[in-house]
Amino acid sequence: MTAAADAPPTAALPKVRVDYLPMLLVPLLMLVALPLVGSVSTWVTLTVAALAMGMMIFLMASGLTLVFGLMDVLNFGHGVFISFGAYVSLIALGPLAGWVESDNLLLNIGVLLACILVAMLVTGGLGYAFERIVIRPVYGQHLKQILITMGGMIVAEQMIHVIWGASPIPLRLPEGLRGAIVIGDAAMEKYRVIAVVLGLTVFGIMHLVLNRTKIGLLIRAGVENAEMVEALGYRIRRLFVGVFVAGSALAGLGGVLWAFYRQTLTAGMGMEVNVLIFIVIIIGGLGSVGGCFIGALLVALVANYTGFLAPKLALGSSILLMVVILLWRPQGLYPVAKR
Amino acid sequence: MLPNNPIHSLLSGDYPRSRVLGALLFVVLICLAFAPFLFPGSQPLNVAAKICVFIILVASYDLLLGYTGIVSFAHTMFYGIGGYGVAIAMYNFSPSWTALGVGVIVALVLAILLALLIGLFSLRVRAIFFAMITLAVASAFAILASQLNEITGGEDGRSYRIPEMLRPAFRLFDEPVMGVMINGRILTYYLIFFSALLLFLLALRVVNSPFGRVLQAIRENDFRAEALGYRVVVYRSIANCLSAGMATLAGVLMALWLRYTGPDTTLSFAIMIDILLMVVIGGMGTLYGAVLGAAIFILAQNYLQVLMGQFSGMLESAGIPLLPGLFHADRWLLWLGILFVLSVYFFPVGIVGKLRQMRK
Repeated sequence: MTAAADAPPTAALPKVRVDYLPMLLVPLLMLVALPLVGSVSTWVTLTVAALAMGMMIFLMASGLTLVFGLMDVLNFGHGVFISFGAYVSLIALGPLAGWVESDNLLLNIGVLLACILVAMLVTGGLGYAFERIVIRPVYGQHLKQILITMGGMIVAEQMIHVIWGASPIPLRLPEGLRGAIVIGDAAMEKYRVIAVVLGLTVFGIMHLVLNRTKIGLLIRAGVENAEMVEALGYRIRRLFVGVFVAGSALAGLGGVLWAFYRQTLTAGMGMEVNVLIFIVIIIGGLGSVGGCFIGALLVALVANYTGFLAPKLALGSSILLMVVILLWRPQGLYPVAKR
Repeated sequence: MLPNNPIHSLLSGDYPRSRVLGALLFVVLICLAFAPFLFPGSQPLNVAAKICVFIILVASYDLLLGYTGIVSFAHTMFYGIGGYGVAIAMYNFSPSWTALGVGVIVALVLAILLALLIGLFSLRVRAIFFAMITLAVASAFAILASQLNEITGGEDGRSYRIPEMLRPAFRLFDEPVMGVMINGRILTYYLIFFSALLLFLLALRVVNSPFGRVLQAIRENDFRAEALGYRVVVYRSIANCLSAGMATLAGVLMALWLRYTGPDTTLSFAIMIDILLMVVIGGMGTLYGAVLGAAIFILAQNYLQVLMGQFSGMLESAGIPLLPGLFHADRWLLWLGILFVLSVYFFPVGIVGKLRQMRK
């Protein structure tokens, strides 16, 4: 009889210790900003705006960080899915133009959801093709990966020009989502509130899938140790393709939200946010979804607060934040164990 | 050939190793050396000057990507620092040689310090980390340059006067030489040409030195290089600084040629992509690749567009849908992008590597 067999069978595994420190950073940052900003109403406006921006960045970045974590592939062309998602929403906007101008809030939200659905379908398909054609031949070769995904991005961006033309396209928000809600002195743009709700919903779903389903378990296991998952008889490759497609679709979703936020479409918009996305996933720890979420919120909050307090500093603020975080935790907020 | 022959020491023993390649390089050299006489007019001279500058810029990038095996996206930042060094010195002080010298030195020091800082911060981790951080820093720098209106001229950039001798109105001789008036413009061209030649030979010297061998060892297997006793971080950082310095000088030369420095001509991400395309199409890990890559790319940029425009017009008049859009003159980057992806897959050695393989 071994000692292990003696242990009562009901004894649960020791609980995983949750690292709360990074999670505290977000409320802490908000609290520190409050006296600096001075007025509560301005602070509420700024914070809501930042949360909306953070959600959008998170949506765009989550796919990238998972793909990296699972398969050690860094997709420099990730921005293309964002641009494509944004442009594809034009397909849905064409026949539904009446809904955009309608007074009915439900129709307004419906058109937004339709855009999102179309964009996610198309970018998901595009992600599948991208994985097949561009990424598959260069697994395990970082240098080539960077070059090839960059090349894929150039080609795809040019294709956007070919299909939709090179000039920026204005995009109108649905009627009911324009304007702001005013509570007391604090004004919150309606669209931003919707973005926050959408972002939180998606994060919630992602969290549930990753932590409460078998697929999620396999994905997390794959991030920790892909070989071991293979040895247990699961095809990590299929899992990876699935994650890649989902990640692309999420980028498309983020792209739609981002496009309505900017209210213009340009082919380079994905590449522009790509930089911010990289900063976010570095801050969060490459491969960590939770870290990515916190990183996105931190970046957006810092950008908005400094934009208000010291506009000159705002452009460097996210870089500065990254440096500070990396000095504290060189591998990001939530380092993924094997790397 | 004998080790002590002058060509051997000039090329640091790194021969083209392929007849076709040797011939091509010779043609490029001759065309560039006699450009003002062979191709009169301002447009061809402009192309030639651009090729010279980009050879240096691409060669310096190859030092990082091809020889050391690290991907940086901050190369245009250093190129821009060189450009702005000249611009600020010429614009705020005087269009004199002293100001130029001070501008160049300040730019060089700043670029190398910045490269060292970025390197020490991120090179110790992983190649991919370095790529992301350089991307972030470079984009921040580009925004900074377009925001600091008082210093850099913001989005509009700075136009400035350069030293007397280099201005178009200056005449070296009263009489034309070989039918061409030697004016300040041509003098500037030769300043650029000879600086580029010198820098290129210097770069050849570097990559063929024992130091260059260590860089290649790191590229092949950094773990083993470390195990052999070479401090990988130190070597990578030095390579990073060297390449940054060279890129800065390329920026200086370009600023002298254009007499204008702005964010679009120096810091834009489009230029970074151009450099990547040139390195990969020419051939990574060989400096001759930079020469061919830059020459082919810039020629294509300047002349292929016209051809494509005509082709697109033909298709359009033939009434074929969609295709005219694909061949529109502005879509040349699409084709180069496809060429880029294909060359990373099928000829990672680039044109130079292919030519060398053909000999065997």
